[in-house]
Amino acid sequence: MGMNIAFWVLAATATAGALMVVSMRSLFRAALGLILCFLSIAGLFITLTAEYLGIVQILIYVGAIAVLIIMSIVLTRDIEHSNVPSPYKLPAVLGALSFIGVAIWAILNTKWDNSTGMAFLPISPKTLHTESIGQMLFGQDSLVLAVEIAALLILVAVIGAISVAKEK
Amino acid sequence: MNIGLTHYLVLSVLLFGIGLYGTLSRRHAIVVLMCIELMLNAANLMLVAFSRYVFSHGGQAIVIFSLVVAAAEASVGLAIIISFYRQRKNIDIKDIDLLKW
Amino acid sequence: MHISSITPEFIWAILWLPLAAFAVIAPLIRPFPGKAEPASFISIAAVGVSFVLSCWLLISVWNADGHQILVNGLNWLSITNGPVFNFGLLLDPLSAIMLVVVTSVSLMVQIYSRAYMHSDASYRRYFAFISLFTASMLGLIMSANLLSTFIFWELVGLSSYLLIGFWFHRPSAVAAAKKAFLITRIGDIGFLAALLLLYSRTNTLDILTLNSSAVTAVLSGSVLTLAALGLFLGAVGKSGQFPLHIWLPDAMEGPTPVSALIHAATMVAAGVFLVGRMYPLFEAAPHALTVVGIIGAFTAVFAGTMGLVMKDIKRVLAYSTISQLGLMFLGLSVGGVWVGIFYLFNHAFFKALLFLGAGSINHATGTFDMREMGGLRKKLPWTCACFTLAALSLAGIWPLAGFFSKEGVLAAVWDKQPVLFAFAIVTTFLTAFYIFRVVFMVFAGKYRGEQHLHESSKSMLLPMLILAVPALASGWLNANGGFEGLFEGHATHGFLEGIVGLLAHPLAWISLATAGLGILLAYVMYIKVWIKPDRLKGGLHPVYAILTRKYWMDDLYENLIARSLLYRGAFQIAQWFDHVVIDGATNGVAAITKAAAKHTSRTQNGALQLYALVAVMGALIIALVVILV
Repeated sequence: MGMNIAFWVLAATATAGALMVVSMRSLFRAALGLILCFLSIAGLFITLTAEYLGIVQILIYVGAIAVLIIMSIVLTRDIEHSNVPSPYKLPAVLGALSFIGVAIWAILNTKWDNSTGMAFLPISPKTLHTESIGQMLFGQDSLVLAVEIAALLILVAVIGAISVAKEK
Repeated sequence: MNIGLTHYLVLSVLLFGIGLYGTLSRRHAIVVLMCIELMLNAANLMLVAFSRYVFSHGGQAIVIFSLVVAAAEASVGLAIIISFYRQRKNIDIKDIDLLKW
Repeated sequence: MHISSITPEFIWAILWLPLAAFAVIAPLIRPFPGKAEPASFISIAAVGVSFVLSCWLLISVWNADGHQILVNGLNWLSITNGPVFNFGLLLDPLSAIMLVVVTSVSLMVQIYSRAYMHSDASYRRYFAFISLFTASMLGLIMSANLLSTFIFWELVGLSSYLLIGFWFHRPSAVAAAKKAFLITRIGDIGFLAALLLLYSRTNTLDILTLNSSAVTAVLSGSVLTLAALGLFLGAVGKSGQFPLHIWLPDAMEGPTPVSALIHAATMVAAGVFLVGRMYPLFEAAPHALTVVGIIGAFTAVFAGTMGLVMKDIKRVLAYSTISQLGLMFLGLSVGGVWVGIFYLFNHAFFKALLFLGAGSINHATGTFDMREMGGLRKKLPWTCACFTLAALSLAGIWPLAGFFSKEGVLAAVWDKQPVLFAFAIVTTFLTAFYIFRVVFMVFAGKYRGEQHLHESSKSMLLPMLILAVPALASGWLNANGGFEGLFEGHATHGFLEGIVGLLAHPLAWISLATAGLGILLAYVMYIKVWIKPDRLKGGLHPVYAILTRKYWMDDLYENLIARSLLYRGAFQIAQWFDHVVIDGATNGVAAITKAAAKHTSRTQNGALQLYALVAVMGALIIALVVILV
């Protein structure tokens, strides 16, 4: 029951945050809506027994990316009134709505291969925990090579970002 | 009614749709970037929900990589926006029309 | 004395040597300074060897079984499951004699040209073209296949075009060359149509096969007549017969030796040769053969009358050539191959000599206008002698060559077509009159021009003197029936009997009297001036006008057909079609493309979000298709 309430609240705040991003005229408020959405999603991760990811979500998205975005916003001018729609507003609405429609229609019409239907089976706190994710990333037969490549990717991206943004 | 996979998926689709709408319709490049982050998050949410549904850590591991990519994308994208702003003194996305060359 | 038979290699050499000479000289035509003389030596040497080989070939053909040598040549065009065309050579008396005529006249003309063209800047080009012409003409004669005949036929047309327009800086020469090319092309359409018709019926263009299928009635009826008429149309164009004769007088714009070789002795005789070559086919189509005779007889008189009034010596000779070619066709029609070809054979020599004489006169006086000549007898004695000899031969005076060939035609036409005999006898009279009009105007009386006169150099006189021999004596070859026997296999009779015996026939006296009358009239009018030409001109003004205007044939072609009918009529329609339909279609396509591009290029505006939107729509469509299908 507690989980249900938590889901509905978090879903509402996440959606509200997302709507803020696309509707607030002020860039700064849009960024705040984004942070609200990120935090709600971190909470949703925790309801899905992915506590580790919830923490990481807060650290990286809220702590790093959102801050980066806000830093960028303050470097530009006319923050208050610049979040305005482009000429493609109507096609964008139609595109987004038809995407939502198609996707929900697909979700509802999929035959899930599970005797319990859509419900989550109960789970002991031990079965899905942070250690097993660590094993998966760094243990035997793990994704360690992919992790190394991801590290290289982010290094390259950072160097590229510095090079692009550098004052000529 | 208990909360199941469908709820998470529908929520994820809604968030993604909102992000998609913003990406397609906002004129300010930073907002577009924010909406792209929103879409990434929606995808992450879906991955974690599936991970929970099938008792596997694979989805969560992929979310870790997705975070890495999102961070890289945000840094490079914002760098481009800063650079562009420095040249044009605005970041209206309709001025970013170099694709036609 | 036994002479071994010629081998195929040497027969091929007759054709390849002049062609090789052309190939050697042609690359050196323009940009290379230095002596031009070697070009003429190469060309003359090539045709000289060809001449010797041709004589050898003639003897070999004489000795061969059935008077015929076939050289199976190159298989140059074979289509899988389709026709095979061999480029073979067919050597029979007809082609062997033609080979001797062409090579000998070509040799003499080229020797003559060395001096005549001496100071011309395009000396090498001249000899290149002459060699090309000689090679094409030899190929035309020797081909065993009508397709290769046609190719060489066009090649001689090309060389004729090039040589008429040799002095291309003169607009009149360019116009004449164009005229010759276009008018002969009309005839060639008939030739080509006949080839297609024959091929569609027999699946072959081999001359011997076609001739035998005409004899054995594989080909018959209207198809045969149509094919024969088509071939004859080609001959009409090439040999300048009515109504396609108008190009030949204008072709005199070319250098005079070229006129002698191409437009008097050889190429224009190709039409006669073609009819002779396909003679069995014509014999099987008697209507076509009658048409040949009528056209020939009419042209003979028609052209002869125009020759009466021309003031340009070369034009008189040109009309004379047309007229004589008409007689050849008449001879072919009524007397068989040997009559026409014998006439061709003799005519080639004396007409070439007449042209070379005209060239020599031109060298001395700098003009072709006979009104600025006169009294050249004393200053140019050798030219005068040769020219007069050839003129007598042309007029048909016993015992010169022309007499014998003319007798052949007259006798045959008297037997077969008495109506046409009148044409032939009128032509005889006209011929004698106009050629002696030339002789008297040029050589008798007092010089009316202002040039310093001098006899031509030895290198020009030598070929003329050599040609004078056959002009005098080539007719004697048939005195004992030898020439005729080559074609018909008749019994021969004694030599002297042949020469003198013809005189026993009353026809000979009629023709001699007619020719004599013509000469006499010319003498009366131009030496004694008992009848003043000017007064006659005044008295017969309408007739004179018709003749000087060439029966308005030029006007008919140029004004009526070319200008009114084609230029203002058909071509206007073609132009309208070109402008509206063709241009409209291309411009329309371009305009549609442009408009489409203008509209579609708006989508390529570089707007990031539009591109993203399109990508999303595409992804949605794919998703829908995957889900629904």
